Amino acid sequence: MKTTKTPWQEMGLSDSEYEKVLSILKREPSLPELGMFAAMWSEHCSYKNSKPILRLFPTTGKRVLQGPGENAGVIDIGDGQAIAFKVESHNHPSAIEPFQGAATGVGGIIRDVFTMGARPIACLNSLRFGNLENARVRYLLNGVVDGIAAYGNCMGIPTVGGETWFNDSYSGNPLVNAMCVGLIENGKIHKGIAKGKGNPVMAVGARTGRDGIHGATFASEELSEESENKRPAVQVGDPFMEKLLLEACLELMETDAVVGIQDMGAAGITSSSCEMAARGNSGIDYDVALVPQREKGMTPYEILLSESQERMLVVVEKGRESEVTAIFDKWGLEAAVIGQVTDDGYVTVREHGKIVCHIPAKALTDEAPIYYKESKRPAYLDDTEKFDPLSLPEPQDYNEALKNMMTSPNICSKEWVYRHYDHMVRTSTVTRPGSDAAVLRIKGTQKGLAMSLDCNSRYVYLNPREGGKIAVAEAARNVVCSGAEPMAITNCLNFGNPEKPEVFYTFREAVEGMAESCRALETPVTGGNVSFYNENQHGAVYPTPTVGMMGLLTDINHATTLSFKNEGDSIYLVGINKDELGASEYLSHVHHLNTGKTPVLDLDLEKSVQAIVLKGIRNGLVNAAHDCAEGGLAVALTEMAITGNLGSKVNLEESLRSDVLLFGESQSRIIVTIPQEKQSLWEEWIKNSSTPIQYLGNVEGKTIEISQQNQSKINVSCEELYSLWKEALPCILSKH
Amino acid sequence: MNFAVILFPGSNCEVDCVHVIKEVLQEPVTTVWHKDTDLSQFDAVILPGGFSYGDYLRCGAIARFSPIMDAVIAHAKAGKPVLGICNGFQILTECGLLPGVLLRNQSLQFICEDRFIRVENNQTMYTSLYTKNQVLRIPIAHAEGNYYADPETIAALEAENRVVFRYCDAQGNPTPESNPNGAINNIAGIINEEGNVLGMMPHPERLSEVILGGDDGLALFQSMLKTWRNQL
Repeated sequence: MKTTKTPWQEMGLSDSEYEKVLSILKREPSLPELGMFAAMWSEHCSYKNSKPILRLFPTTGKRVLQGPGENAGVIDIGDGQAIAFKVESHNHPSAIEPFQGAATGVGGIIRDVFTMGARPIACLNSLRFGNLENARVRYLLNGVVDGIAAYGNCMGIPTVGGETWFNDSYSGNPLVNAMCVGLIENGKIHKGIAKGKGNPVMAVGARTGRDGIHGATFASEELSEESENKRPAVQVGDPFMEKLLLEACLELMETDAVVGIQDMGAAGITSSSCEMAARGNSGIDYDVALVPQREKGMTPYEILLSESQERMLVVVEKGRESEVTAIFDKWGLEAAVIGQVTDDGYVTVREHGKIVCHIPAKALTDEAPIYYKESKRPAYLDDTEKFDPLSLPEPQDYNEALKNMMTSPNICSKEWVYRHYDHMVRTSTVTRPGSDAAVLRIKGTQKGLAMSLDCNSRYVYLNPREGGKIAVAEAARNVVCSGAEPMAITNCLNFGNPEKPEVFYTFREAVEGMAESCRALETPVTGGNVSFYNENQHGAVYPTPTVGMMGLLTDINHATTLSFKNEGDSIYLVGINKDELGASEYLSHVHHLNTGKTPVLDLDLEKSVQAIVLKGIRNGLVNAAHDCAEGGLAVALTEMAITGNLGSKVNLEESLRSDVLLFGESQSRIIVTIPQEKQSLWEEWIKNSSTPIQYLGNVEGKTIEISQQNQSKINVSCEELYSLWKEALPCILSKH
Repeated sequence: MNFAVILFPGSNCEVDCVHVIKEVLQEPVTTVWHKDTDLSQFDAVILPGGFSYGDYLRCGAIARFSPIMDAVIAHAKAGKPVLGICNGFQILTECGLLPGVLLRNQSLQFICEDRFIRVENNQTMYTSLYTKNQVLRIPIAHAEGNYYADPETIAALEAENRVVFRYCDAQGNPTPESNPNGAINNIAGIINEEGNVLGMMPHPERLSEVILGGDDGLALFQSMLKTWRNQL
């Protein structure tokens, strides 16, 4: 049974939204006009369901040069240099066509960053998939990784970090979040703005084709069996074209001829033209017939809504068109004048001179509808919070339990993933993938950048607010462990259908939690992206607010990794082991239970833990640092040991049940090692510090030995744990 | 020693080569656009890694037709150093300065990681500062690094000691496991008969500074410099 949909419903507009279109235009829209409204008022472009909540984020701070609302956020790192960075989702396309979906996700975020005038220096990605036992999931993983590699490697931008995480909730809805970081050398930020009546508007880069039409609308609905038919809404990427576009744009921006520049990303030329006009309080008048086209016979509707990749819209100073053409010609690219800036506030679209669209620019952007969605606490939380992990039996053998944990897809080595990515090009990668955060040097300075991208969505699922708080705090902790001071975040908020009150509740709670941590840790939000409708007939993904954190190393020599460094170094725990086994990877991997209480984050403790570790690193006392995350203390110690090929002998004093102590995931814990010659100074610090710190033992031998109250619990060789950890992922992927 | 690093559309390791020459080796270096035609002022030419012309058609197959290539070939024929790294090696085989071809990796996948290579011949202008059989740790980053040539060519390369680098394990044994891409005889780098044109898949410019995790690659550039100075 199918009911006939109206043209606007077909494009994703509600009846009331259509009424609003009529009242704005005071007439019926033409088909291309309707298409423009539908694309610009989609959740993907307008944030109509999320805007009121996003306002809760702190977005200002001493380093923030550009907050949310531009192509990317920008922060000041001193010496006239700035960092542009942003993360964006490409979930829906990747669910349908993983290779191109992921590839164009990378391409899009890279354009967002170089549009700001920044040279992209690093990419990260956060990938989430269902159970690897499922053949479709393995197909998606392979396709996504190949797509990211194909695009990023060709661009010559190192893919330095991120995460790959598995949970059944992502089975039909993989998440592909791509982040790009760029360096602005001369302090000059370029913006997506159209100003100056009569200035020419130019379409540059690739030609416009029929691919990706209505991709933004497609991204704003749930996936269904029909989604497969939307494969044509997935764009096709050409990284070589983008590499040329990158070089040409950066060369162009050095000329000062550019007034404004914006990527033609989601909703293509429609969004770039109306957003640039709206930001500049101006108008734009252009002719689609002048847009270079890949195929014949394209209608205005198709040209306006095409999401063909590797294109930019540029406003340049009048009279300097030939400079632009010369630079693009050098790189073998087209640059066509398609119209000019006006002062009437309208986006006017023509075809061979004849007007086909005439819409106030701000009607498409600022005046998009805003919804305050209903929210309701999900009923499942009552059950999960009641769960008592101590009702489960303790493992018989902790050696076996640890070995089992090291093979969890969420803990094991992700080398299989990142060896596909060129993570060294540009010769700035000081800390490669696999540590708490990636560290890059900034050539010509003493400085470095640490960056991480992750989120434990199980925490958010089981306690949206606490999980949101933890997502930010853990990202900051990762950056601190790497020797950097956390500066600011970008985020990608991946949720289900916001029209469902339970989903909206988790969204609002998670954002409030994140905002609280951002304020406490002084890491404002400079931008990001909301991805709703990550949901299919089997349900929604875990609420996943992925956090991309930027940290600054004042001295690149502070770069610190997780690996044990020297035999005889002392191991300390900064932070407290609490009775918190809920929401853990241990429950999930060993007991197949995604339940229990999310650990509680104490932001004061978090701050003091981060402060003393960073101080220890900067003063040369701490030579290895690692956050206790998935798998808790035992897994963290093991990771430090096996990556450094050195064992450890550790005794824990707490009387907690052993599985809670070894695998519980209490927050605000960092394991550090101190070289022998610095130990007395460190002990002195501890005495004078209110931060809880305890001596655990020493780096020693080639086995992991952990006792509790002097009773041996774990004694396994590093070699055995290393090979289990390293081979787990290739093993799962090759056995099918 | 005046270096030229050729920039093709899609090259992306040219900045890394320039960095090593300028900042680490501290010698003059110029990035030369592929449409230029004159290399007469340069003592050495580097064809850098990357994806010239997007690797479309075949790696290096389009770049060999770039206007600069006549000058590169003339430079090589004059006996002056030409170093091709990764995509640069692929271009050198495409333009005929080196024999053989680089096929897709046996795994069919792009691989980026540190690998061990053994210095087979330290009597070249690129390796004089290494010892024979020295084991170097140098990163690879390629999808098409599987060196192939017909049996006669391979026999000649081996007989003439023109296999300069061979993939090996940490102890220096060229085992099948230590071969990342399926290259015949674990070949990682070869040199021409005259000894002035070297092509190699591993990236010495990526591990030429301790802060990046190692500097085994630096002596290659230092060897070039030393040879050039000795000739003055």
